[in-house]
Amino acid sequence: MTSEKEVTCIICPIGCKILVRMDGSKLEVLRGYKCKKGIEYARNETLDPRRMLTTSVLVKNGDWPLVSVKSSQPIPKEKLFFVLQKIQKAAVNAPVTLGEIVIKNVADTGIDIIVTKTVQNVEK
Amino acid sequence: MINENVDVAIIGGGPAGLAAAVSAKQHGANRVVIIDRNSWLGGILPQCIHDGFGVEETGVSLTGPEYAEKYIEMAEKQGISVMQEAMVLQFDKSKEIIAVNKRGVHKIKADAIVLAMGCREKTRWNVMIPGSRPSGIYTAGVAQSFINLYNIMPGKNVIILGSGDVGLIIARRLKFEGANVLGVVEILPYASGLPRNVVQCLNDYDIPLFLNHTITCIGGKERLEQVTIAQVDEHMHPIAGTEKQIQCDTLLLSLGLIPENELSKDVGIEIDSVTGGPVVNQMLETTLDGVFVCGNCLQVYDTVDMLSIDAKRAGEYAAEKASVQKRKQKSNIRIIPRGGVRYVVPQLVDRPGIIPLTFRVKRPKENTVLLIHAGRKELFKKKMRWVNPANMIRIEVDISDEIIASAQSLEVTIDD
Repeated sequence: MTSEKEVTCIICPIGCKILVRMDGSKLEVLRGYKCKKGIEYARNETLDPRRMLTTSVLVKNGDWPLVSVKSSQPIPKEKLFFVLQKIQKAAVNAPVTLGEIVIKNVADTGIDIIVTKTVQNVEK
Repeated sequence: MINENVDVAIIGGGPAGLAAAVSAKQHGANRVVIIDRNSWLGGILPQCIHDGFGVEETGVSLTGPEYAEKYIEMAEKQGISVMQEAMVLQFDKSKEIIAVNKRGVHKIKADAIVLAMGCREKTRWNVMIPGSRPSGIYTAGVAQSFINLYNIMPGKNVIILGSGDVGLIIARRLKFEGANVLGVVEILPYASGLPRNVVQCLNDYDIPLFLNHTITCIGGKERLEQVTIAQVDEHMHPIAGTEKQIQCDTLLLSLGLIPENELSKDVGIEIDSVTGGPVVNQMLETTLDGVFVCGNCLQVYDTVDMLSIDAKRAGEYAAEKASVQKRKQKSNIRIIPRGGVRYVVPQLVDRPGIIPLTFRVKRPKENTVLLIHAGRKELFKKKMRWVNPANMIRIEVDISDEIIASAQSLEVTIDD
């Protein structure tokens, strides 16, 4: 069975509309991309859609109540809300530094959750 | 009064101010000071916890806080001084700044000033939405700071008016935090935000986008209870009979941004009525000698990358100005937007060279041609496969001595 669909690339602000064709299990990226990253994105988006996840984690004794975090790699789309639940249960103690890992191998995805901001400790 | 002398004073410590400061220092300015009203640097970036920053500038996708820390670190390493929790009250033509913080009133004499005050969000009163005045109505950026900085959820059942990038990003964020996002209402026939944000913030989570719709009434006594949405015609007038009530407790407004230029206006700097930012020449210098401008108070950028690239230029030129005070001013040539072009920055050019032009179009269009003319002479021609108001366009044009000597104006045209 052959089917064609249009994928909007989310790599950069341009947002290329890329046409892909599925022929059984064979996938062909036809046209519409402006760079190599677009070809790769269109392929992944069709076969195994993933998203970077960014959210926040509670901080104890910090100069901010939250610290922003991101996934070390894009997470399979269908697992996003499951991973979010895990992150919502986590909490860290200040100080935390940009780059620190908060959760290793979150929900057995092989992906880590990493701090994206430095939060200082405030003595209470 | 506390007196200080600096080479370059930068008003605003967001991404534009930081990039300008780092660049001014790199280009020889000795004493560089950033004056900012917050208790932190980076402006809006710490609350923009999503990624996608820096892709155009460095090829690496960073989150807002990471992008900010990169520049804050550079500023610290270079010994740039920072006045935090300080409010600039005014500055005058001699580039003397009056600022106030907890220590008192400061008089800062600068050889050059860079304006980097950013912008603020339009509110309900900018678009005059009828109805009652309950609580539960916020601008999208304020809601973003509640959720991402202060751990406060603005509400449970949320409707968003306006499909700018902040509105789209906050829709996804609310969804992640368990809110029910009932839809994004957009008066135009297309989304105002970037295509990638429509995909990854709305489509991914089946959040409806109501195009050609607006909110015609706000209802609720103490707390917001419902909004009425209606379809609009081609003149953006609500069509009678299409009204629909949506029960909700929170309304977020993503209606666009207004460059903050109260300080610029007070001192008599000419403002472009379309961009809301100062009129500048190719060196991003305002109509006041030695005062430069960058960031969202110059024009509302679509990405921080382009903003930083321009802000670095402003910092460089400010550093040059601080060392060489007098420059021969030639007469200015105006750059005029025509046809489908909404505005062009810079608005003035006074010397030859390769000049970056940034501009936006009025509406989306496919297969069109961008033309730049000096009188009858064609300077630049480029086929554009598609143009979109959400995507700022940046090109470089070579302006020759001959054009500077003879042209009255440059016209930038996209057929409309």
